[in-house]
Amino acid sequence: MEFAELIKTPRVDNVVLHRPFYPAVEGTLCLTGHHLILSSRQDNTEELWLLHSNIDAIDKRFVGSLGTIIIKCKDFRIIQLDIPGMEECLNIASSIEALSTLDSITLMYPFFYRPMFEVVEDGWHSFLPEQEFELYSSATSEWRLSYINKEFAVCLSYPPIVIVPNSIDDEAVRKVATFRHGGRFPVLSYYHKKNGMVIMRSGQPLTGTNGRRCKEDEKLINATLRAGKRGYIIDTRSLNVAQQARAKGGGFEQEAHYPQWRRIHKSIERYHILQESLIKLVEACNDQTHSMDRWLSKLETSNWLTHIKEILTTACLAAQCIDREAASVLIHGTEGTDSTLQVTSLAQIILEPRSRTIHGFEALIEREWLQVRKAGHPFQQRCAQSAYCNSKQKWESPVFLLFLDCVWQILRQFPCSFEFNEHFLITLFEHVYASQFGTFLGNNESERCKLKLQQKTMSLWSWVNQPSELSKFTNPLFEANNFVIWPSVAPQSLQLWEGIFLRWNRSSKYLDEAYEEMVNIIEYNKELQAKSI
Amino acid sequence: MEHIRTTKVEQVKVLDRFSTSNKSLTGTLYLTATHLLFIDSHQKETWILHHHIASVEKLALTTSGCPLVIQCKNFRIVHFIVPRERDCHDIYNSLLQLSKQAKYEDLYAFSYNPKQNDSERLQGWQLIDLAEEYKRMGVPNSHWQLSDANREYKICETYPRELYVPQIASKPIIVGSSKFRSKGRFPVLSYYHQNKEAAICRCSQPLAGFSARCLEDEHLLQAISKANPVNRYMYVMDTRPKLNAMANRAAGKGYENEDNYSNIRFQFVGIENIHVMRSSLQKLLEVSGTKGLSVSDFYSGVESSGWLRHIKAIMDAAIFLARAIMVENASVLVHCSDGWDRTSQVCSLGSLLLDSYYRTIKGFMVLIEKDWISFGHKFSERCGHLDGDPKEISPVFIQFLECVWHLTEQFPQAFEFNEAFLLQIHEHIHSCQFGNFLGNCQKEREELKLKEKTYSLWPFLLNDQEKYLNPLYSSKSQRLTVLEPSTVSFNFKFWRNMYHQFDRTLHPRQSVFNIIMNMNEQNKQLEKEVKDLESKIKQRKNKETDGVPTKELLHSVHPESPSLKTSLCFKELPVNDALRTIEGSNSADNRYSDYAEAFSKSEPAVVSLEYGVARMTC
Repeated sequence: MEFAELIKTPRVDNVVLHRPFYPAVEGTLCLTGHHLILSSRQDNTEELWLLHSNIDAIDKRFVGSLGTIIIKCKDFRIIQLDIPGMEECLNIASSIEALSTLDSITLMYPFFYRPMFEVVEDGWHSFLPEQEFELYSSATSEWRLSYINKEFAVCLSYPPIVIVPNSIDDEAVRKVATFRHGGRFPVLSYYHKKNGMVIMRSGQPLTGTNGRRCKEDEKLINATLRAGKRGYIIDTRSLNVAQQARAKGGGFEQEAHYPQWRRIHKSIERYHILQESLIKLVEACNDQTHSMDRWLSKLETSNWLTHIKEILTTACLAAQCIDREAASVLIHGTEGTDSTLQVTSLAQIILEPRSRTIHGFEALIEREWLQVRKAGHPFQQRCAQSAYCNSKQKWESPVFLLFLDCVWQILRQFPCSFEFNEHFLITLFEHVYASQFGTFLGNNESERCKLKLQQKTMSLWSWVNQPSELSKFTNPLFEANNFVIWPSVAPQSLQLWEGIFLRWNRSSKYLDEAYEEMVNIIEYNKELQAKSI
Repeated sequence: MEHIRTTKVEQVKVLDRFSTSNKSLTGTLYLTATHLLFIDSHQKETWILHHHIASVEKLALTTSGCPLVIQCKNFRIVHFIVPRERDCHDIYNSLLQLSKQAKYEDLYAFSYNPKQNDSERLQGWQLIDLAEEYKRMGVPNSHWQLSDANREYKICETYPRELYVPQIASKPIIVGSSKFRSKGRFPVLSYYHQNKEAAICRCSQPLAGFSARCLEDEHLLQAISKANPVNRYMYVMDTRPKLNAMANRAAGKGYENEDNYSNIRFQFVGIENIHVMRSSLQKLLEVSGTKGLSVSDFYSGVESSGWLRHIKAIMDAAIFLARAIMVENASVLVHCSDGWDRTSQVCSLGSLLLDSYYRTIKGFMVLIEKDWISFGHKFSERCGHLDGDPKEISPVFIQFLECVWHLTEQFPQAFEFNEAFLLQIHEHIHSCQFGNFLGNCQKEREELKLKEKTYSLWPFLLNDQEKYLNPLYSSKSQRLTVLEPSTVSFNFKFWRNMYHQFDRTLHPRQSVFNIIMNMNEQNKQLEKEVKDLESKIKQRKNKETDGVPTKELLHSVHPESPSLKTSLCFKELPVNDALRTIEGSNSADNRYSDYAEAFSKSEPAVVSLEYGVARMTC
């Protein structure tokens, strides 16, 4: 076993674990291939099980022969281990470092994890595109399933089955693919049953500097418009950035060639700018000694909430085009893998009550973020490191966390409109960065196929969707409604997501107790109602 | 009324303050002796009390009419557009007159008539009895006595008649000390901690200058420290920044010299003065009232206003006070300059941390009566009840309410009351509808004969108690606990529900709080009915033959009592539906202006799109 080579010291006694708001625990530290375990021996409840893949960075320091390792996790937790003996400490540190940065995905825990629960419903098969389409096809005949991409023949970046306008044949689709970044031709993302309007997403058009056009592309998206109606193209880049993209062969839709479409530019940041924002925010939250002025200024300069506001605003804009203007929308940025997905999925949260249920939200993540993996959201790259990393790789970016934060902001404003609770969102965040499940592994479809994720790993949804687990994620206040829910995006209405960013920095004892009391009241209410009827 | 020239103006428009589009509501504006009333086309009424008006502004004439902007002390801001300039001018002038009264007798409280007779009125005023409160604390006792020195307001005009001082403090000592304290406000008891036998005392700054001393004052402080049998050391907390206190020495005032007083530990805690607080709030409101505010302008504005820094400073001072008593068992003497602003904040908050009684609805009223009203916080001047010196206005009491709100956020189960209670109290310190907050000290209130001519607010709040109950309140688990809040900066947040209480578009659309509150109410009702049912079953069981299992009986009883069943259904039907309605689904809702901007910027041609209305769509 290769892990054995990496583990120089598998076990150290008399290690002291320090965590904020908990008393220090002394116990035995064990290293396994995937976990760091601390057991106090006297009392089995006082144990720490930490996935190596959750470790973002470590620091070590020595006072005499007592070594201290500070472990910074991707979920922003910071723990400290005091290890007697310099050699042991150094060994542990280097083992952790090696184990937490394994290159090969197949060595990661999901490939070794054996579930202790019985799989009732296999999450890998819970969300098939055909099923999704059935939901639409009952309402409209304007769209069809296309198997054109069966062998990834047209577009390496799309799943084998896609939904395209009925009136466009596969030949035309093939041509359109050559005109869009990464072959990502416009596909259906969301169908608004109320008025038949749609959200489509794609890659940027490859107009280049000489303004190339593609008749089939125009025809394809025009096919989604009603007679005499206009549509909106939302480009998630500023006009400036979009113009610059032309030099690299990209670009945006020219008014002259798309007269029935209005183009709106928004500027949602991407890549390392977001990562830096996260690093600054977490740093600000972790320092308890900040004066008020310094805290507020750090919070402001992190720009995190600015990004939240920008993303939410764009999503509301898209939803507004659909619901208020009765106009179809095409959304893209450059590749259509990051900000595009944030916008399309949030617009659905706003418009579609189903996506606010647990199952519907899972389906949304599968549909928008996972099944278009190849140039869908590259989780492996984006989430390789978190707030404590200093590698500054361009592709590391908390895009999905921002999406979850936006969902949380809407959840806070509409606390009865979601079937899931905050805990569900936090759990998703954790599993995106470090998990025993294969759901968020890999960057692309071919990688995914090669890895045989479906055969070799367990889907997160298989675990989440067990009744015993589901109850923890269920919002006791939920009452289904069919409303379109419009969140406020004013700065006074947006808040720091304390459940994520202050989670390890303050005691939540009183808040947890209050939540429990609330649940009790609701349960009691149900009980009384049942009794009296 | 001589000030009212126009009583009714039609076709008046109201603009949303945060909207960038020109979407507006049209309606009719009425001017009464006490209120400005706007009724929109949906018959929705907006009442604005004249006393709530902080400023009226007439802006330059526009094509649609004459804009009139009214800013209220309860943070409501309304932007009217009056079609004819003359009407606007009339209303403007009337409001200027009506919102600033010169005499107390012209305030609303003197004309407000809630249809109560004199004995009810008197009962209302007797609801809060401070002598009772001191008894509850355990004074008088062997260490503390009731002093009659100020019975005729001879020693200190701004103190109440009844004051508690150490048993060994004789009248000459009190008189001597009072001459050495600013405005005669000598050290007296504010709160007595029965278990610790330690006291919170309050006073104003000593007239120490650079070298003056007063033996009687030194004796009085010593008497306070001796009244604590456990710890002879006492703290003297000067709540001002050191620099301010030092500057006061040049004016013959200042702070205690530790060398002259035995057994004291002197401590500055650095809360800024009323002027700093006034401009801080002003800046905060300017920022939060900006149209199209960006996140970073908001946070840098909140930062530069300093408001949350001040709130934290007050909270830190209160925690220092509570710790001195709990951890060191020491008595504490608190003062600032005159001892009626910062001192009231710190003493009352400290007591609130220490004593769970003050976290109940009744207890909170008592606390306000004791540390604010009776000890002479100058409500009328600080709230600008009368047309007076604008430099005397300051949000000192609002800061106290905000600190309490922050505590309720950290300890959601520790308070019997909810946020609405705090907002309602805030409403009424400015409304001049009740007598409680009129005047600046007890002597003045007696002279105004408030108890005969006006009503007390407290019985009305108690009457409406269920609106102000915190459904999560747990009297058991937190009854005895001392609150130890964290004052790490990230715990302090902008109090949106106070400063934007009328800007519904900024609020969450569904309120967890309201749902739980209603559910709690419903539970109580259901409980009662289940009990009734069960007792009926019991009765029947007794009558009928033995041996019939209760469960069967329950089934047999039910069909026989259809009246009961229907009444139940009837009562609970509305709850689930009404509980979770989504608020603010009216047409005045303009929050989408934010997104509309995007249209207007990139594509001027699309501006005609109307995004003003956030109608809920099914």
